[in-house]
Amino acid sequence: MSEFFTVSVIFATLSTSIRFAVPYLFAALGETVGQRSGVLNLGVDGIMLLGGFGAYYAVLETDSHILGVIAGLAVGLLMGLVYGVVTVFLHAKQGISGIGIFLFGLGFSDLLFQELVGTPLPIRPLPRLDQLPAVGGIFEPLVELPVVGPLIFDHDLLTFLAFLLVPAVTWLLRKTTFGMNVRAVGENPQAADSLGVSVARTRFISILIGSTLAGLAGATLSMQLAIFQQNLTNGIGFIAVALVYFGAWQPRWVMAGALLYGIVTATRIRWQSLDIIPQGASDVAAMAPAVITILALVLLASRVRGPAALTRPFSRH
Amino acid sequence: MKNKKILKLLGALFAFTLLATACGSSSTDSAGESDGGSDGGSAEASTGLSVAVVAPSASDDVAFTQSMIDSLGRLGVSPQVTDGTFVVEEAAAAIRGFAEDGTDVVVAHGTQYGGSLEEIAPDFPETSFIWGTATDNRGLDNVFAYNPAADQGGYVMGLIAGNIVGGEDIGVVGPVEAGDAVAYINGFALGAEAAGSSTSIVYTGSFSDVALATTTAQAHVDNGVSALTGTSQSAVGAVNIASANELPWFGTQSNTEPWSEDFTVVSQVYHWDVVLAEMFALIEDGTLGGQAFELTLENEGLVLEYNDAFELDADVRAAADEAVAGIISGDIATQ
Amino acid sequence: MKRLAGGVVPLGAAFLAFLLGALMIIALGASPADGLAAMFDGAFGTTDRIAATAVRATPLLLVGAGITIAFRASVINIGGEGQIIAGALLSTSVALAIPDTPRIALIPIVVLAGLIGGGIWGAIPGVLKAYASVNEILSTVMLNIVAIQLMNFLLRGPLIDPIEVGTSRIPQTQRLTDNAALPTLVEGSRLHLGVPIAIVAAIIVYLILFRTPFGFRLRAVGHNPDAARAAGISVEKNIVSALSLSGALSGLAGVILVFGSESLRLVTDGGSAGFTGSAGFNGIVTALFGGLHPLWTIPSSFLFGSLLTGATELQRELQIPNALAIALNGLIVLFVVSSDRVRGWLDTRLDRSMKARVEE
Repeated sequence: MSEFFTVSVIFATLSTSIRFAVPYLFAALGETVGQRSGVLNLGVDGIMLLGGFGAYYAVLETDSHILGVIAGLAVGLLMGLVYGVVTVFLHAKQGISGIGIFLFGLGFSDLLFQELVGTPLPIRPLPRLDQLPAVGGIFEPLVELPVVGPLIFDHDLLTFLAFLLVPAVTWLLRKTTFGMNVRAVGENPQAADSLGVSVARTRFISILIGSTLAGLAGATLSMQLAIFQQNLTNGIGFIAVALVYFGAWQPRWVMAGALLYGIVTATRIRWQSLDIIPQGASDVAAMAPAVITILALVLLASRVRGPAALTRPFSRH
Repeated sequence: MKNKKILKLLGALFAFTLLATACGSSSTDSAGESDGGSDGGSAEASTGLSVAVVAPSASDDVAFTQSMIDSLGRLGVSPQVTDGTFVVEEAAAAIRGFAEDGTDVVVAHGTQYGGSLEEIAPDFPETSFIWGTATDNRGLDNVFAYNPAADQGGYVMGLIAGNIVGGEDIGVVGPVEAGDAVAYINGFALGAEAAGSSTSIVYTGSFSDVALATTTAQAHVDNGVSALTGTSQSAVGAVNIASANELPWFGTQSNTEPWSEDFTVVSQVYHWDVVLAEMFALIEDGTLGGQAFELTLENEGLVLEYNDAFELDADVRAAADEAVAGIISGDIATQ
Repeated sequence: MKRLAGGVVPLGAAFLAFLLGALMIIALGASPADGLAAMFDGAFGTTDRIAATAVRATPLLLVGAGITIAFRASVINIGGEGQIIAGALLSTSVALAIPDTPRIALIPIVVLAGLIGGGIWGAIPGVLKAYASVNEILSTVMLNIVAIQLMNFLLRGPLIDPIEVGTSRIPQTQRLTDNAALPTLVEGSRLHLGVPIAIVAAIIVYLILFRTPFGFRLRAVGHNPDAARAAGISVEKNIVSALSLSGALSGLAGVILVFGSESLRLVTDGGSAGFTGSAGFNGIVTALFGGLHPLWTIPSSFLFGSLLTGATELQRELQIPNALAIALNGLIVLFVVSSDRVRGWLDTRLDRSMKARVEE
């Protein structure tokens, strides 16, 4: 136990937690926008898998992380178009359509991986701030700062982007016309419609934002791990959906949830590697994040109200 | 050339476009990785036997399954393959299917298939089943069992690792605590101990969860380990961490140089062909099973493939060769 | 005409999904005709294969029948995977505890244990939804994770095969007693008692849902909870019942997966799919394709069972990864759920053209 409570180990664990939280954060922030407009997307995990494969394959073929990010975004956008058409224009039930997207992503990403790649070859890992080409040197002193260096600066650019998105999404939802429309459609689509807000268009755009971020979440995951594999996400997308409820549809609380998830997971693995958690109990420890999420939902659910029109399709009659 | 790459990339990006356009591009892909699979008919081995393999992970996993496919290749056998069958019941169906088709030899390449094989093998007394990793054939006349003494190579590699890091800690990323992974890791820990180094061992509980293996390896690195090793197809995640932190990596099952050209020190490679050749000979003489085979350093079923790109001290190499001799002569215990 | 459109549209949706599947096969460099032939051969080629298809369909049917209950009551149960595991764990533990019980008693006992295990795993999200407003989609996903880790823990420790402890430590139970093995129905094939059990279960679900006051209340709650409440129906109790029953049927699927398996034991590879074959998710597809009707779920499960066995053969003969089947499942879901709107649109078009004709 004492080994864990040294400053360096605790900060290293926190640093890992932050990195670990990034894919959750991208996916959950995107899902927050979608849900605020009244659309639940359970297919996040499938979109992450497709985006993750797209990014992995792009980097494998071109060695460019920028193209990897673009690939992840593009795949996410494409899947968003599909999901948007299915749920907004064809009025399909959201929960179940999401399962369809998930299954398609699970199977199709695996199929593409087996056919186009086969052998799981590592790609070049995402560079940290101080490893960036050309400008990396500028950041070296920052990374070498004690404590805050490894904690805050020793990360890749996507990590910074994910955390910058938190205030950005807050601003989008609170201060922009689009954001007001999103909230209006999510709460009372009939009223919004009568005020001249296009429910379909608002929801469609929200879905595109959410899905594109899910694609980016997958791209981040596969580029951080520098590999792709069948079912790489192992349920991260579903947990990201849970984090939106957990965070009461507020970006900053969603971020808190993602960080908590990162901390619990990173601490568990760290404790296992230090033998604080004995080998025999590792499975029980692996339940912890799920159990904590359920307990948190029990405490929060009755106090927080979500968007009133969540999962309700809208049609003008 | 570059244009073609971009074309292929676009194909991956626009998944649906791929469906319509990939006819052209995928013909080259599928030709490149036919896994030695036949076009439906049963493959003729150089032995004259038809062989099929059922395996839990992909044929080109740079780990357990690939070691078997490569070994059969070295014998000139191109088997029919059903891979990726991690669902035991699916594997059982595939094993039964090959037996029904009259395949001479069915390789059930997964310890977890044993329970099913006990039910299937008696139904097909004319078929020979080869099952591993397993230390005994469960009393079945038409089942050969095979097992790698992974602890032997593990010991030598642990010794090399211990000598390289000079008394510092070595991180081990294990999958499910079972089978050859346990043997390898225990042997590795003993070897490292003999060189005065300690090991920190974590089993992730999954053969395939790369993300978990990666995070575990990162935790090891943050704890200050000076070398890493790991086993199963999920180990690729740990290799990436080793490369990123420029730490020596020790591979097992297949040669892991494709994963890390610069930091793989040595890989313990399973040369199943050594024991397969014996089994095929027995089968051709009419003995369809009833024996267990072991890969050892002595019978050269376990081969330590050193990476030329990694400069290893002559002393360390000499100590390793000495340990190999000691294990073969029985002077060094690896369990 | 209208009724015709009602049947044609979902079938058309499935046809479109399969068309995309055929395109994928072409893209993978094989002929779709060969692919279809291989799949058909794999699913129905021999009596044994038909039996294997029926066996593969069984967990889909049970999970699917459970899903019809949940969805009819407007609760989304995506905890099938966890509920299958819970049922398997409890029934396996019981069989290990009382191996010498005669077959005639032991099989009903393990079936009951499975129903209870899955039922408990379904009741938890039910109670959480009804009394703590916890979204059931989230709690069922989380409980899947808990069930998987519980299985890993039990199979590596308390329930591990004693032979494995000293040797390779494969996380699996010992071979369970023959007294609990589901008897084979056709000598020499894999067709076992689990298949008729599942069909009977689906028929019982139909009777419960459509022929009892209890089923009426469930559907009333699903149709309009406010109206149901006004009519004096307890929405909370019915939500708990729906998820418990749904879970119990998945638990039964777990029993059949263990006691109808070749190896007659429970084995884990660390995840859930290695044991369940993702039946918890595929069962949703099955139920949906069966129009959320328990009886239509029977042929639907057989169709998806054949898709799975066919995909294995597809991989064996044409080297096409069986991940294709999973992708196809996803497409079928998307096309079928989207078809409602198309049907509505067709209906109005038909109405209009008929009206026009009448007016002429």
